[in-house]
Amino acid sequence: MPTGTATPDVEIIHTGSTGGNGRNGKGGDDGQGGGHGEPHRSGDVPQRAYVTGMIVGLGGILMFFMALVSAYIVHKGMPGSDWRILAVPRVLWLNTAILLASSFTLAHSRARFRAADEEGFRHWWGVTTILGVFFLAGQAIAWRQLVAAGIALASNASASFFYLFTAAHGLHVVGGITALGVVLLRGPNQTARRMTRATLSEVVSMYWHFMDGLWVFLFALLMLGR
Amino acid sequence: MSSHAHAHPVPHAPTGFVSKYIFSTDHKVIGIQYFLLALTAVTVGIVLSLLMRFHLVWPSAHLPFVSGGIMTPEQYASLVTMHGTIMVFFVLTTAPQGGFGNYFLPIQIGAPDMAFPRLNMLSFWVTFVAFLCAIAAFFVPGGAPLSGWTGYAPLSGLGEVTGPGEGWGQTMWILAIALFCLGALLGALNFIATTIDLRAPGMTLFRMPLTVWGWFVTAILGLLAFGVLLAGGVLLLLDRSAGTSFFAPAGLVINDQLQPHSGGSPLLWQHLFWFFGHPEVYIAILPGMGAASHILSTFCRKPVFGYRAMAMAICAIGFLGFVVWGHHMFVSGMSPYSAFAFSVMTMSIGVPSAIKTFNWLGTLWGGRIQFRSAMLFAIGFVSLFVSGGLSGLFLAQPSVDNLLHATYYVVAHFHLVMGVAAIFGIFAATYFWFPKMFGRMMNDGLGKLHFWITFIGAYCIFMPMHWVGVAGGIRRYADPSGVTYLAGLQPLHEFMTISAFVTGAAQLIFIFNFFYSLKFGPKATKNPWNATTLEWDTDSPPPLDNFNGNYPSVYRGPYEYSVPGMKEDFIPQWLTPELVAREK
Repeated sequence: MPTGTATPDVEIIHTGSTGGNGRNGKGGDDGQGGGHGEPHRSGDVPQRAYVTGMIVGLGGILMFFMALVSAYIVHKGMPGSDWRILAVPRVLWLNTAILLASSFTLAHSRARFRAADEEGFRHWWGVTTILGVFFLAGQAIAWRQLVAAGIALASNASASFFYLFTAAHGLHVVGGITALGVVLLRGPNQTARRMTRATLSEVVSMYWHFMDGLWVFLFALLMLGR
Repeated sequence: MSSHAHAHPVPHAPTGFVSKYIFSTDHKVIGIQYFLLALTAVTVGIVLSLLMRFHLVWPSAHLPFVSGGIMTPEQYASLVTMHGTIMVFFVLTTAPQGGFGNYFLPIQIGAPDMAFPRLNMLSFWVTFVAFLCAIAAFFVPGGAPLSGWTGYAPLSGLGEVTGPGEGWGQTMWILAIALFCLGALLGALNFIATTIDLRAPGMTLFRMPLTVWGWFVTAILGLLAFGVLLAGGVLLLLDRSAGTSFFAPAGLVINDQLQPHSGGSPLLWQHLFWFFGHPEVYIAILPGMGAASHILSTFCRKPVFGYRAMAMAICAIGFLGFVVWGHHMFVSGMSPYSAFAFSVMTMSIGVPSAIKTFNWLGTLWGGRIQFRSAMLFAIGFVSLFVSGGLSGLFLAQPSVDNLLHATYYVVAHFHLVMGVAAIFGIFAATYFWFPKMFGRMMNDGLGKLHFWITFIGAYCIFMPMHWVGVAGGIRRYADPSGVTYLAGLQPLHEFMTISAFVTGAAQLIFIFNFFYSLKFGPKATKNPWNATTLEWDTDSPPPLDNFNGNYPSVYRGPYEYSVPGMKEDFIPQWLTPELVAREK
């Protein structure tokens, strides 16, 4: 039975804009030629797959947090709930500002990357990473203040949710800091990798901005929903 | 094979045993690993159910695998729990999606692998560790948990005080479920990205086989549902080990001990669980629907009747699956207005389900049907889906559900529609794709024998069960013989138990056929069923990159059978229009 040939009269659905950056799916030679004009073929893993993967992954993470948030709202509205108004540590305002600032430094870093300014890119990327560490340190300070005030995880429902939100978000930020660090450590020479540096920095920054926005939402919920 | 224009260098397969078969990043090896995991799990699950069926009829008999010989009610409850957990998670979620989805989704869309092969490997191994955790629950002090596959709080949330198995066993259960969620989330991410970005040129969404639609929508359901169960699991674990009170209410006294919790809500757990739990039903069945459509079309030599409607019905079922979880909680004291809303949404699932059933029958109508084993199981799938689905319309009404809740009627309903139908989908897929996966044919005679015993056996087990339920037979009772008004139902229970043992034994035919054919089956050609989709364009079994570097392009829809004016009665998706013109 004759099998097909790829003639150009088919309806080609791929745009080809990312073509040439991928490489043969399994251990073939490195295909990082960049822009040799051939449309993407199914033998390559296109770079946009990583972006899609990150969007989808963030969707999953969002569902996890929304489940916690809905538990928070239900619990608060319940007649038998032992809800106490939590004195949210004021250091959280500072932490929020730090995390917001880190999004701006990250955006600036990406702009430097696009301008092919390697030094500027690494500088601002590094600043972002350090701001991330500062945020986590600030969260730890908030926890210490609460513990010092005698409010523990199991003290009451609102305390439980406070620790839960900050811990779950903090763990995700640890992952983000790790990813930021990996980009710094890998350096510009990435020819042997499936994911280009541009894609890597793009998906990592998507993740970071998402964690920033998620924190702002959780913080607003903790402040307004007390 | 004639020329594919864009030949790629053929990658070399890893040579070591470990990198080739154990820690492989090849989606085909991972698919088979998932399949074998499910095969192991289903064996355990069936043994557990047979122990339960045996105990229901001969409660004072000595049993193997039961410590002390005679089963206690607690041991019975732990069997109920582990049977449900193992079957739902490690069989019905693992085989159709993790197994066949992993193996065939990339090939059917013309891709060399999943988008993220290493993540794929991680998904499997996390799932594998989850299975080990679940099995370990049998062997920890106190044994397996009692709280059912739904893990209802506060029974599940307080620790050892609520019974044997609620200490270590329940903790292992939560760990198993949490790990399973992680594995399923990573897998879902991979399936979605692969379907969106790795389709071959010409493979538009509405040229995808319905199997791919099934896996794709299932992955979306998994992505949205498993995160919620994971969150619930975290809260439950905190309640148990950190003293929080998310699910444990205040003033709870168990065995004369006042529990230290305050202000939690057991219903909150039910909401979180069923927000996951109902989509989970469709996670189990949608891939089977895809496979049934695919196989019916192939062996009728007819296009799927209403292909677009079938694809859209899968999406509609997936969407509606997220807004009906409350029908599991009609008797929880929910407001009648909420119950009414959940009831209407639930019954509206009947619309896309009816579209699917109508189109399956429309596909069969006037077809030149070839009754191969795979085809019989696909038809059996339709039969069981209808039989099991119809009782869902009764249960969807709160007033009726008030009477039938927690009776065997419910057990019969969900076993037929979610359990046996999904298993028939798995069997149909196995008989259909075995030649492609292992390069050999399964024995069709043994397959038919397996089908008839299993098909009749499944109805013999679950049809009388409806009646037991309507008569008031309560599920999870370890020993109904002591209840006066249930004593008259014992002959039915005996009939069901004997049917279960016969049906269980018939699965040995399948196991034998599977492993015998693996070694001694006749060699399979590239396209033994004269089918149209891309997996039949490559060797059996396919090479490492699926297409030997010659990635196909797609020129038409997936089910072009019996096209008028053609010499052959099928036009594969990869055939160019020129070649088709020459074939006329």
